[in-house]
Amino acid sequence: MSKKKSPAPKKENAKQSPKDKPAEKPKRPPRPPRTKMPEQPPDIRIKNFVEVPYGLTPEEAQLEAARCIQCKRPKCVEGCPVSVQIPEFIALIKDGHFAEAASKIKETNVLPAVCGRVCPQETQCEETCILGRRGEPVAIGYLERFCADYERLGGHIKLPKKKRPNDKKVAIVGSGPAGLTVAGDLSLLGYKLTIFEAFHKGGGVLVYGIPEFRLPKEIVETEINYLERLGVEIKYNHVIGMCKSINELLTKDGFDAVFIGVGAGLPRFLNIPGENLNGVYSANEYLTRSNLMKAYLYPTYNTPIMKGRKVTVVGGGNVAMDCARTALRLGSDKVMLVYRRAREQMPARAEEVHHAAEEGIDFRLLSNPVEIIGDDTGVVKRIKCQKYQLGEPDDSGRRRPLPIEGEYFELETDLVIIAIGNNANPLIKATTPDIETNKWGNIIVDEFGRTNKNFVYAAGDIVTGGATVISAMGGGRKAATGIHRDLMGIKDEDVQD
Amino acid sequence: MHQIIRKQEMAKGTIVRFDVRAPEIAKKAKPGQFVIVRLTETGERIPLTIADKDSFEGYITLIFQVVGKTTAIMRTLNEGDAIKDLVGPLGKPADIQKVGTVIMVGGGTGVAILHHIAKAFKEAGNTVISIIGAREKDLLILENEMRIISDELVITTDDGSYGQLGFVTEPLQRYLDERYDIKEVYAIGPIPMMKFVCRLTKKYNVPTMVSLNPIMIDGTGMCGGCRVTVGNETKFCCVDGPDFNGHEVDFDELTKRNSMYLKEEKDALLFSIRG
Repeated sequence: MSKKKSPAPKKENAKQSPKDKPAEKPKRPPRPPRTKMPEQPPDIRIKNFVEVPYGLTPEEAQLEAARCIQCKRPKCVEGCPVSVQIPEFIALIKDGHFAEAASKIKETNVLPAVCGRVCPQETQCEETCILGRRGEPVAIGYLERFCADYERLGGHIKLPKKKRPNDKKVAIVGSGPAGLTVAGDLSLLGYKLTIFEAFHKGGGVLVYGIPEFRLPKEIVETEINYLERLGVEIKYNHVIGMCKSINELLTKDGFDAVFIGVGAGLPRFLNIPGENLNGVYSANEYLTRSNLMKAYLYPTYNTPIMKGRKVTVVGGGNVAMDCARTALRLGSDKVMLVYRRAREQMPARAEEVHHAAEEGIDFRLLSNPVEIIGDDTGVVKRIKCQKYQLGEPDDSGRRRPLPIEGEYFELETDLVIIAIGNNANPLIKATTPDIETNKWGNIIVDEFGRTNKNFVYAAGDIVTGGATVISAMGGGRKAATGIHRDLMGIKDEDVQD
Repeated sequence: MHQIIRKQEMAKGTIVRFDVRAPEIAKKAKPGQFVIVRLTETGERIPLTIADKDSFEGYITLIFQVVGKTTAIMRTLNEGDAIKDLVGPLGKPADIQKVGTVIMVGGGTGVAILHHIAKAFKEAGNTVISIIGAREKDLLILENEMRIISDELVITTDDGSYGQLGFVTEPLQRYLDERYDIKEVYAIGPIPMMKFVCRLTKKYNVPTMVSLNPIMIDGTGMCGGCRVTVGNETKFCCVDGPDFNGHEVDFDELTKRNSMYLKEEKDALLFSIRG
C-alpha cells in the first residue's frame, strides 16, 4: 500500500510547481542537464568482457524523459532511419509506462535493445533534437535502451497481434539486422518466413562482429527468440549460393520472394608486403574468433586466438575500436591504433573513440602502414608506417590524407589487425549471375529494395557497402514494404505516402 | 544434427572414415568441395574435404586424420552419434574435363580427397594413372578404391614395406620422362609432397592442380583467415579454392600459416585430457 501511495504526492508536487511559477515569471525553469550514463570504470572494464554502460535506473530514465519538450513536429523522428515514434515513447517513459514505451518503439523498430546500444544517435535522432541547439539533446539512445531492457529483463515481452496468415512464403538470406527487420515486419503481416543463416548462430554482425562488452549476446538471442515465437523459421548452417541458389529458392522450394541481406562480408586488406605473416588478422577474423567462437573463453571454448603483447589495429571506424578494445580485454600490454587521418575524421562514433581513449588505446594518427615485417618463422615483429598530413577536402567532405614523402617510422608489434572495411561477398553474385551489381559488387536496388530480378530484394551492407546496423534495418523495412506490395499486388503509385 | 551412419578406422586408427547423414549437402556436393564441421557448442569450426557422397541415401563421406583437438574428439564418436553442425558444400568444385591422360598423385589422408576427384576424371573419359603413397604399408588408405578407378596404379612407401620404396615423386618423374601425353597432374597430400610434385611437373611444363587445406572459420570469404598466396596474389582458399594451380602456390607461406596455433592446439589437447 505504502508503495502505491508514495508516488502520488510527488506527482502533485510536480504539477503544482510549474503552476506556481508562471504567476511571477513566464520563463521556464532551467532544464536539468542530460543524464549521464553510469559506466564501468576504465581500469576495471579493460579486464572483463562485461558491458561497459550499466543502463539507466527507472528514476534516471523518467528524469531524462521529462527533459523532452514533446515537439509538435519532432525533428528527431526525421533523423531516425526507421522513424521510431520518439516523442510518444518518451512520454510513456515519463509517465512510468515502461513496457508500453517498449511496445511503441517496436511498432517501427524490431531491435530496440540493440539500437539503443549501437546506433549512432549523435548523428541521427539526437543530432536533430531541438534541445541540442542550445544545450544537450535528450538522451534518446539511453531511453530506448532503458525501456527495451526493462521489457526484456522484466519478462514483459508480449507478442504483438499478427494479421491472419496469408499463403505467401518469403525466404530471407542472412539473419543480420536487415534480415531480422524484414522477418519482424513481414511476420506481423501474416507471411510465412524462413531465414537461412550461414553460421550456427543468428544475428549476423550482431553476434560475430560487435563484442560482448558493447552488445551482450544474450540480447541478440532474445531478439531471435522473439522472432521464432512469432513463427519465423531459422535454418542455420545454410550458405545460400552454395547449398541452394536464389533461383532454386524461388522455383524448387516454392518461395514467393527472396530477400538478400548477407552483409558485406569480404574483408579488405592493405595489399602491402607482410600481410600474410602469422599474427596478421582481418578485423572480421579477429572479432569472429573472439565473439562468435568465444575465443576469449579459450580453452573452455576450443577456438584459439593470438593475443599479442603489443597490438596494432589499422583503421578508424567502430570496428577498429572494437578490435582495439577487445585486444586490451584479452590481456595485451599495449594497443596502438594506426589511422591515416586525424581523430576528428574518424568514422567511429564519438562515444566509441572516447571509450577507447579512456581505456588507454594509443592513437597513432596521420599515419598509414606500408609494410609489415616478420621474423624467420613468419611471425610479425614490426610494422612500418608512413606519416600523413591533411590536404583539401575530398568527396566525403573530410580533408584528404596525403603521405609525407620520406617520413617513416616503425612500431614494435606482434599482432596486427586490419580494420579498413569490407568488400561485397562474391557468393551470391557467383551463383546468381543475372543479379545486377555495381562495380564494387554491391547489389543494385530501387527505393523499395527491389533488385533487377523479379521477387528478389536486397538491403543492408550488400547494397550500401559497410554501414550501420540501423541503416541496414532502414533498408530492410523498405524492402519489406516492397515485398508486401508486390506479393499483394499493390502498385507503388497507388500508395500515398 | 547430422548422424554418423557408418564409422571405419583406417591406417592404424590414425585416419577415420565417417558416412554422415546430410541429404541436402549430398545432393549438391561435387568433387573437391568441403564442409565446415563443428562438433559441440564449445567446439571450433574446421574444414574437411568431402571424400564421397551418396545423394540417394543422403550421406557424405568424411575421411580425416587425427591432428588436433577437434579431430581427436571426432575419432571418439561412434555410429549413431551426431555432429552438431555441418555447413556446405563450400568452395569451388574441381575443374574436371576430358583432357586425355592425367596423373593423380596422393599422399597420406590426401588420397581420400584424391579418390573423389580421380573418380570424376575417370568418369569424364580420361585415362587415369594414379600414384599413391604413405609412410608405411599400414598407413596406406583406399588402395582398392583407387585401383578400381585407375588405368594404372603405383604405390610407394617411405620405408619400402609395400609397393615401391621411396616417395611419390619418383614414379611420377618416370612417367613424365617416358610419356609425352600427360595433360594434367593432380596432387593432394601433405604440403611438402605437393610442393615437390609441383617443382617436378613445372620442369616438364605439365599443368598441376593442388588442393589446399589452410585454417578456416566461416568458409564463406568472410574472415580471410585462409589466405594463400597464388601467383603473387592473395587468394581466399574458401571461395577462390580450395584447388589452385600448384605452380603458383607459395607452399612455404602456407606451411607457416598452418602452424599458427600449434602451441594452442597442444594446450587444448592437454586441457581436454586433464580438464
